Parts: sequence; structure tokens; C-alpha cells
Amino acid sequence: MEFSVQEIPALIESVLPELYLLILAVFLGIEVIGRVPQVLHTPLMSGSNALSGVVVIGSILMVGRAEDAHWSVLVLASLSLVLATVNVVGGFAVTARMLNMFRKKK
Amino acid sequence: METLIQIGYLVALVCFVLGIKGMSHPDTARRGNWTLAMGMGLAILVTLMQPGLGNLPLILISLGLGSWWGMRMSSKAQMTEMPQMVSLLNGFGGLAAALVALSEVVDMFYGDALVNLLMEVMGMGVLGHYYLLFYVVTLMISLAVGGISFTGSVMAMAKLDGKVSGQPLRFPMQGLVTNGLLVIMLILTVAIATWPSSYTLPLIVILMILSLVYGVLFVLPIGGADMPVVISFLNSLTGLTAATTGLLFDNRVMLMGGVLVGASGIYLTMLMCKAMNRTLGAVLLGQFNSGSGQAAREMSGQIKEIGLYDTAILLAYSSRVVVVPGYGLAVAQAQHLVHELEKILATKGAECKYAIHPVAGRMPGHMNVLLAEADVSYDLLVEMEAINPDFPLTDVVLVIGANDVVNPAAENDPGSPIYGMPILQVHQARNVIVIKRSMAAGYAGVENELFYDPKTRMLFGDAKAVLGDLIQTIKGL
Repeated sequence: MEFSVQEIPALIESVLPELYLLILAVFLGIEVIGRVPQVLHTPLMSGSNALSGVVVIGSILMVGRAEDAHWSVLVLASLSLVLATVNVVGGFAVTARMLNMFRKKK
Repeated sequence: METLIQIGYLVALVCFVLGIKGMSHPDTARRGNWTLAMGMGLAILVTLMQPGLGNLPLILISLGLGSWWGMRMSSKAQMTEMPQMVSLLNGFGGLAAALVALSEVVDMFYGDALVNLLMEVMGMGVLGHYYLLFYVVTLMISLAVGGISFTGSVMAMAKLDGKVSGQPLRFPMQGLVTNGLLVIMLILTVAIATWPSSYTLPLIVILMILSLVYGVLFVLPIGGADMPVVISFLNSLTGLTAATTGLLFDNRVMLMGGVLVGASGIYLTMLMCKAMNRTLGAVLLGQFNSGSGQAAREMSGQIKEIGLYDTAILLAYSSRVVVVPGYGLAVAQAQHLVHELEKILATKGAECKYAIHPVAGRMPGHMNVLLAEADVSYDLLVEMEAINPDFPLTDVVLVIGANDVVNPAAENDPGSPIYGMPILQVHQARNVIVIKRSMAAGYAGVENELFYDPKTRMLFGDAKAVLGDLIQTIKGL
């Protein structure tokens, strides 16, 4: 592999759109939770934990990539799919349980 | 079809942003959680529609198994175990990300992934070199950070559960070993990315193992009281791995969702640190117990005990009572009994409120959730800033299973490790009764001079048993 300085502008140009998105997402992530009251710290953490299970999509794509993939690929990918699904489903269910406690009592 | 899928991802992403936004306000939090879940469901559904997706039965079985397991875990967990639960789930997420990366690596060595990657790169001209490098580095980050997040979360869970001591664990040259490990992992990543050779696969396996070890070493020196911060931080790391996995699969919803979790997770972590008057750096470096080098003060004075009957009389003839709930209450599952006590005191004419410290229990908001479960009215829960001025006018403060959050040393002893942490100023009340199992130190491992205060009396026993007896005694007055 060879690298040269001349290629750097082209390189930057090729990643620029992605870079835009990334930087905006970082600001969005910070802005969107703004001033969170302390009581909501735990549920919010739990909810964003469920959201980090978005890696489940990578697991699906990995399992679905090839019918004739090596068996070890399928085993690893399916295991990751199960774990990611537990993270997503369990995460949202736990968050819902916590938030149900905050419902105003009639 | 491709366009439809991309639009589906876009809608999912909008759901993520609106969901997180909603969850940051009490009125909209429940809807926010639903929005997040809907977004995730949509993203998964759209992915399943991807043309050319093979092994569909296997995918559906795995999804079903995971959903069943997730529902089971979440419905079986006690409300007191929520922090551990979140930590464990986060560990699963981290492990999942690491396994996706690992299966990609295996596919490169045994399957078509490497050929496909090289084909793709060939069409990119000179940029292909950079792309290849970038791809491998991203893959290694997913692998290593996912591994760290997994073992780190499991360690945090074990510390919260008391399976591993909550005390910061130290060994000689710890800093050198831990940081050295990180440097070795960085060197390995560079080596794997720049010099492909027959050693590459073993090196990747070594990197994975080192990351698992690092996760354990990273959490070991951090005190149990700081675990919420650690979990929040590890959650943010899992978000990062989701983002890097998104880069690998060129999938925007994973990338943006991951970055969103990463950024908001770090911000939330810093908010939590601020509530404890610490910096994130200090927490992660485990400086809790190193303090300022001064030895904590020797305790002087005597511990005074009080009996059930005297406590009952004192409470029943007070006009203002404040309950300070702590982790001991959660462990003893005594939240319902506290609520009963509060109702009985109300009939005896005593106004009874709850003082909630920001980090009472094991997580911010832990006590709110627990007391809400026992039907305690929302407006009886008073936050620290609001209730502190009331303590001098309070007849009796009932401290149940709390310790560090009422330790006056945080205000008046610069040598104390918890100096500077805001506390509930219960020592200003007229009487303080502490329900506690034993004289053991709190989670931070610090002696509490409140217990030696002349106004303080101790009522030893398990919170549930003591409260039960206390209620009976007050009823019988």
C-alpha cells in the first residue's frame, strides 16, 4: 500500500458528507437531552442503552449475508443477533417498567 | 425497494431523536420510550426487507429467541435490581457488537468478505488504500471497544450486586499495567491494519482477549458508589461501537443511532458526575479513595441506641418528620412499609416527607422509582436543594439504610474522600434516628460522624423488620 500527500484533498472530499452528518449528530445528541431532571437519569440511560442495541441491524445483515458462509460465521453472527435483540427488547421493556412508576396516580 | 428502505431508515432515525427528546421530560418520557421502540422496530423491519438477505429462518429464530429472553429478563428483575439489569443489557449490546466484528473477521479469513472488500476497493482508485486501512481500523475498534464494554459492564453489575467487593481494588503498578494494556492494544491495531501477514488472525484474537481483560481492569479500581457513572460511560461506548459497526456495513441508521447514543451518553455521564460534584476524569481514574492524602479524622463520642417504643413515641408526637431513604431500604424491599408508616404518622398529625438525594441508592432516580412503586405520592418526594433549608425545623429525621449521603464530613472535613459531595443536612434536625443493620461503613467506605452526633440515635436491624415492628408499636400507642 502506498500513500501520498496529493491524495489527501480527494480523501477529505470523499468523506465530507459523512463527516457533516457525524458532527451534526454529536451536537444533536447533546442538545436533545438538554436539561434532564435527575429523576429521569436512570430511565434515560436505560432507554439509550436499548437504543445502542441498534447494532442488531448489523447482526441481521451479517447473518443474512450469505447462505453458504462458513459455519463459524453463522454461529458468531446468530449469537450476536440474539444478544443484540435481548439488549433492544429487554432495554425497552425495563425502561417502560421504570417509567410506568412515574405515571400519575388517580 | 432500496429507496423505500432508505426512507424507512430515515423515519426510524427521526423516531430516535424525538424519542430521546421525549425521554428527557417527565410528562413525555413514556411516549418517548415508545417512540424509540417503534423506531427500532421499523429499522429492523426495513432491514428484513433488504433484497438478497439470506438465512431468513435463522434470523427470525434468533430475533424471536432474543425477544423472549429479553422480555423474560426484564419482567423477572426486581425494581431494586434495575441498575444491574441495565448494566447487564449494556454488556450484551457490547458483546453483540464485538461478535459482529469477529464474525466479519472470520468471514474474511474463511469466506468471501475479503474478496468482496478488495473488489470494492479496486474500483476506488488511489482512495482504495485509505478505504482499506479505514475499514480494518474501524473493524478493530468495534471488536476492542465492544469487548471492553462487555466485561466492563459485567464487572459493574457484579460490583452492584456485591458479588465483587464494592471497594476500589488495587494492586501494585496498576496504573502502569492498565495503561500499558491500552497502549499495547493501540499498537496491535496499527500492526493489524498496516502489515497484513500470516500473523494477522492470531493478533486479532489477542486484541480481542486483551480488550476483555482491559474491561475488567478498567472497572476494578472504581468504587461501587461510582458504578452508575461507569455504566452510563460504558453505555456511551456501546453507542460508539454501534456507530463503527454502522460504518462497516455502510448503514446510516446504525451510524447515526450509535453516534446519538454515544454523544448523549457522554453528556448524561457528565451530568451524573456534576450531581456528585466530581469530574468524569476523577471517577474513571478511581481517585475516590486517594483523597487529598490526609487521613480521615478519628471518630470521637459515643454511639447511642434507641428502642422501638421510644422511637414510636418520638415519631408519633412529632409534627414534622423527614424520611431519608437509601440503598438499605431498597435491599430490604421495605418501600411499602415506609409508605404505611408515612400514612400512620399522617393520622397521628405528623407531616411526613421524603428527602431524596440525587445519588441515593445505586442510581440517580433509584429512590423515586422505588417509592413510586409503593404508591408514595409524587409531591411528598422532595429533592435535596428544596429540603435542606427545612431540616432545622424538622423534629425527627428517619434515616433508613442511607449513609454517605448524610455524612457531614462531606461538608466539614477536607481530608474525607467524599469532601465536596453535596449532602442532605440532616445533622441540623432536632433528632436523628438511623435505622441500619450494623455499624459497617457506607459504600464509599467512610466512617460517618453523624452516627456519633449527640442528637443521633441508632436503631439496629433489617429495615423491613424494624419498620414492621415500628408500625405495630405506633398503632398500639
